[in-house]
Amino acid sequence: MSVLVFVDHHNGKASKASLEAVGYAKKVADQLGTDVAAITYNGIEGDGGVAGFGASRLHVASNITLADSGQLAKAVQAAAEAEGADVVIFSHDDLGKAVAPRAAVRLQAGLVTGVTTMPNAELEVSKNVFSGKATAHVSFKTAKKVISILPNAFGMMPSEVSTAVSTFTPEVGAAQITVKEVKTTASDGEIPLPEADLVVSAGRGLKGPENWGMIEELAQELGAATACSRPVSDIGWRPHHEHVGQTGVAIRPTLYIAVGISGAIQHLAGVNGSKVIVVINKDPEAPFFKAADYGIVGDAFEVVPKLIHALKSFKASN
Amino acid sequence: MKILVCISKAPDTTSKIAFKDNNTAFDENGVQFIVNPYDEWYALVRAIELKEAQGGSVTTITVGGADNDPIIRKALAIGADDAIRVDMEATDAFQVASEIAAKAKEGGFDLVLCGKETINNNGAVVGGMLAELLDAPYIPLATKLDVSGTTAEITRDIAGGEEVLTAQLPVVISAAKGMAEQRIPNMRGIMAARSKALNVAAPAGTEASTEVKSYSLPPAKGDCTYIDAENPAELIKKLHEEAKVI
Ligand SMILES: Cc1cc2nc3c(=O)[nH]c(=O)nc-3n(C[C@H](O)[C@H](O)[C@H](O)COP(=O)(O)OP(=O)(O)OC[C@H]3O[C@@H](n4cnc5c(N)ncnc54)[C@H](O)[C@@H]3O)c2cc1C
Ligand SMILES: Nc1ncnc2c1ncn2[C@@H]1O[C@H](COP(=O)(O)O)[C@@H](O)[C@H]1O
Repeated sequence: MSVLVFVDHHNGKASKASLEAVGYAKKVADQLGTDVAAITYNGIEGDGGVAGFGASRLHVASNITLADSGQLAKAVQAAAEAEGADVVIFSHDDLGKAVAPRAAVRLQAGLVTGVTTMPNAELEVSKNVFSGKATAHVSFKTAKKVISILPNAFGMMPSEVSTAVSTFTPEVGAAQITVKEVKTTASDGEIPLPEADLVVSAGRGLKGPENWGMIEELAQELGAATACSRPVSDIGWRPHHEHVGQTGVAIRPTLYIAVGISGAIQHLAGVNGSKVIVVINKDPEAPFFKAADYGIVGDAFEVVPKLIHALKSFKASN
Repeated sequence: MKILVCISKAPDTTSKIAFKDNNTAFDENGVQFIVNPYDEWYALVRAIELKEAQGGSVTTITVGGADNDPIIRKALAIGADDAIRVDMEATDAFQVASEIAAKAKEGGFDLVLCGKETINNNGAVVGGMLAELLDAPYIPLATKLDVSGTTAEITRDIAGGEEVLTAQLPVVISAAKGMAEQRIPNMRGIMAARSKALNVAAPAGTEASTEVKSYSLPPAKGDCTYIDAENPAELIKKLHEEAKVI
């Protein structure tokens, strides 16, 4: 009756979002008085860093080499059945979005995605709906339950449990998807936006792509990822993957700094889960200030360089 | 090529979100409804482009009551050929996916497109469940889609870049930004939509596997602390000492 958790990996290491899910699974298991088993696929090195987050066992489906959602869902089902798991945890990240719905159908389990709370005693969970403008409290009508947690909502929850790694070869059929090409656009060391703890974002107030140097410098000094508003990526000032908001990426960093962004409702929908919001805007009436924790009314071209300077002296003295 | 596009109804993005009946139901009073943006801008438009280039047909499918008909007419005005509405008030994604799967099997589609997620449920679930029920490959969050012969080629964003995948038809795809440009229906499209078939079908009657017990609104955000533009060092100090985020 273990709790099962799905683990994804990049370059042999479990992803940050997956480790978060393992920590979450451990808490659910504690609540249910059981332990955690994890499932992943070929390519992970050793335990991939899963040890230390609470999984007692890690099952590696050695016959799955690429992230094919059909095969992975079958492997998850096989592992859930072998472990007698009635609760399966995913991260609601790119791969989780592909695999969790398929696995839920196979297990005849209800599925709630983007979960932001621990389950209560009845195993009900909460999730954001209406693009973060409301929360829904959801119950399962099925004996088996799949919970997919919102990345960055729980943080890392380490746990002293040793992890036994073993391989297995579930019946998964042939892969249905072929990878033709992988293009890397991020330069080395760049932080992927959905995983970033700190984000510096800028909007149309910056006037043109040539002015992003200071935004990148601020991000670099902070160790933050960069993001932008939709019009900025639409006009091509910044790449599409930086676009946050309702129609772009939804993020939940601990710190979101918005420079020259008005704070339209569709933009807020993608960032209102941030723990702390800082707004820099020359218009004191900009709607973003209503959603901000800290605000600076001023011209970005004067404020941001001063902020970088202040940050450098802060780092030098800390 | 026969293409099926899953279309759902969503409150206009600027709608005020409120609940009724003891916070168990969304209050639709005064709310303007639109086609869920991902379904319309990306999935539907790309389906129409593929049909225009390669021939075939585009059918939309919606699971819901007659209150969906205006948004279905809009999809027809943009260029879908016909529409199916499964007449059922679905309460979760499994119900929606099961009802669509039943119709998709009858219709024999090469390509099933849905949106990345609905902006009201924020599930990103229907497409994956549908693919499993149809035993088809599923590629969520696609930013580009091309079809040549029986092979679909899909681009999607991954951490730090993008990947190009291929799969054999039939495939299920969820569409994200980049796949197409929004189209505004013109007068001719709006006129033509009136005579296109909107077929209302009886549901297969699947049970939901989850249930929303209640909704709540987030607590109001505290007041913004303003910092003098001449003294950003104060911000750094506050972020470090008060908010403890750096
Ligand atoms: C269905 C739908 C979905 C949408 N989805 C998204 C989405 O996902 N993400 C998104 O971002 N938008 C989205 N939008 C667009 C959104 O409504 C806004 O139009 C957009 O967010 C505005 O971008 P902006 O704040 O960069 O630009 P603007 O609204 O033009 O604001 C620029 C801001 O910069 C300030 N400014 C100007 N100069 C300076 C300066 N020198 N120093 C400091 N501040 C300055 C101005 O005071 C202003 O507040 C969507 C819209 C619709 C209808
Ligand atoms: N009631 C519905 N009828 C038809 N398609 C739907 C319905 N609900 C959701 N979909 C499709 O499934 C996608 C994902 O929805 P969701 O899983 O609710 O986020 C949407 O973008 C639509 O394409």
